[in-house]
Amino acid sequence: MLAAIGARSEEDLISYLPADVRFDRRLNIENGRSEYEIVDYFKQRAAQNANGYACFLGAGVYYHYRPVVVDAVVSRGEFLTSYTPYQAEISQGTLTSIFEFQTMVCQLTGMEVANASMYDGSSAVPEAAMMAVRITRRDKVLIARTVHPEYREVLRTYTTHQGIPVDELAYAKNGRLDLDNLRRQLDDNVAAVIIQTPNFFGLLEQVPEISNIAKSRGALLIVVFTEAVALGLIEPPREADIVAGELQSFAISPSYGGPYAGIIATHEKYIRQIPGRLVGETTDLNGRRAFCLTLATREQHIRREKATSNICTNQALLALMATVFMSLYGKQGLLELAEQNLAKAHYLANKLPLVFEGPFFNEFVVRTNGKSPEEINSGLLKQKIIGGLALDRFYPELKRSMLLCATEMNKREDMDTVAAAFPKQ
Amino acid sequence: MSYPDTFRYTKEHEWVRVEGTQGTIGITDHAQQELGDIVFVDLPKVGAKIIKGQSFGSVESVKAVSDIYSPVSGEVSAINELLTKSPERLNEDPHGEAWLIQVKLSDPAEINGLMSAADYENYLGAA
Repeated sequence: MLAAIGARSEEDLISYLPADVRFDRRLNIENGRSEYEIVDYFKQRAAQNANGYACFLGAGVYYHYRPVVVDAVVSRGEFLTSYTPYQAEISQGTLTSIFEFQTMVCQLTGMEVANASMYDGSSAVPEAAMMAVRITRRDKVLIARTVHPEYREVLRTYTTHQGIPVDELAYAKNGRLDLDNLRRQLDDNVAAVIIQTPNFFGLLEQVPEISNIAKSRGALLIVVFTEAVALGLIEPPREADIVAGELQSFAISPSYGGPYAGIIATHEKYIRQIPGRLVGETTDLNGRRAFCLTLATREQHIRREKATSNICTNQALLALMATVFMSLYGKQGLLELAEQNLAKAHYLANKLPLVFEGPFFNEFVVRTNGKSPEEINSGLLKQKIIGGLALDRFYPELKRSMLLCATEMNKREDMDTVAAAFPKQ
Repeated sequence: MSYPDTFRYTKEHEWVRVEGTQGTIGITDHAQQELGDIVFVDLPKVGAKIIKGQSFGSVESVKAVSDIYSPVSGEVSAINELLTKSPERLNEDPHGEAWLIQVKLSDPAEINGLMSAADYENYLGAA
């Protein structure tokens, strides 16, 4: 066979690959094994992976239960293999699911319109900021340092070449946005104030107060969330002009950081400034209920060089996971889920020295006192527990501080083990 | 549709009607025909400064987005709120009800460089 294609050896077929990307030794598998034996060998190796660990790491990606129904629905071929519809109205099933997604996102956030989803929470933030710049025709953006550090970095990536200056807003001693400082930093060039609630430290921000301050200078308020389960319990951020967030908590597995599904929701008066697409309800020729693409993403075929957004699609399959999750739990189910998170987090937090006082949901910052966060985490790992995030990675001023998260998945005995791993006060 | 003699016209298909130091700006019937069904009109805020020859807004139809270039310089004194709710009026009455903005002119002499209705119709014929 090699002779037929003019190759002298098997090596000839791959000799074009650079040496440094080649695997330079034989696979560590015995010769003469059957396919069955090799598959079995790999199954055994896979079983050595980190299964059965309890997880107390949050910080933007959360450990929640994924109901089995979710995969049963999203793995249907009609959803799994179909691309975002370009001839949209043919795909009534897809449009129905997107419409339901938008409706539930509105109910969750207290907004009037939501788009068909964004890539993730981090990229929803700069899109919201650019919306605010277009709406207010101002160019500066203020973002709280208590917004997820990686979201802030994504915002800077987008805004650097858009001529949108970004300033950060300090947090007060209590870990929440410093309102006096906000008043000082606000001026008439500010298009938007961006806050996150619960914030990166897990604390609830004072949305109505911050909204009043922003409005007093004509700036819009953008409210970000990373932990969607919190919205089952806390007041929706109705005072926001735009809500941008991440739905990973709703049945989307962590998957090493993505893909996830983001949302952007706002008031109807800003509908023309929403990026991406929006599905609406209408009636067909025979008066039957039907769905249509009310706002197509016009970036590719109409706006072109006048495009206002970087998103030309939506995160359909992952948004569908979140839609199935939301339908399954419902309002009451989501409330109960949120209450479980709240109760467990507070059970654990009560045993530990907290850095910040103030209302929190399922995350909180703990002082590690005599030990370093890394020492505590490596001790926990030996007991099959993944600990929290050492905060000095993102906040150099917060040495010996760990961000911990407790969800419905955490058992009391694991929480007690975590509490015991911290030095006594 | 005829082109009113009281308007002055640009090569980018805008019109302006001047009364004293007040100018009213719109797009021409030819422009709306070329654009097709108009679905959105993006206008500046009252108080915004506009400069002759520079874009002050855009018109979006089902097939294209076009910048609107100002025929004159000045400060926006009013925008046509009708177009927020009913952008399709721009297809129906571009020289009348569906004007875009009103401007307090900074230099009324600027209109001398613009085309008359007859010049504009010749320009369309030649184009």
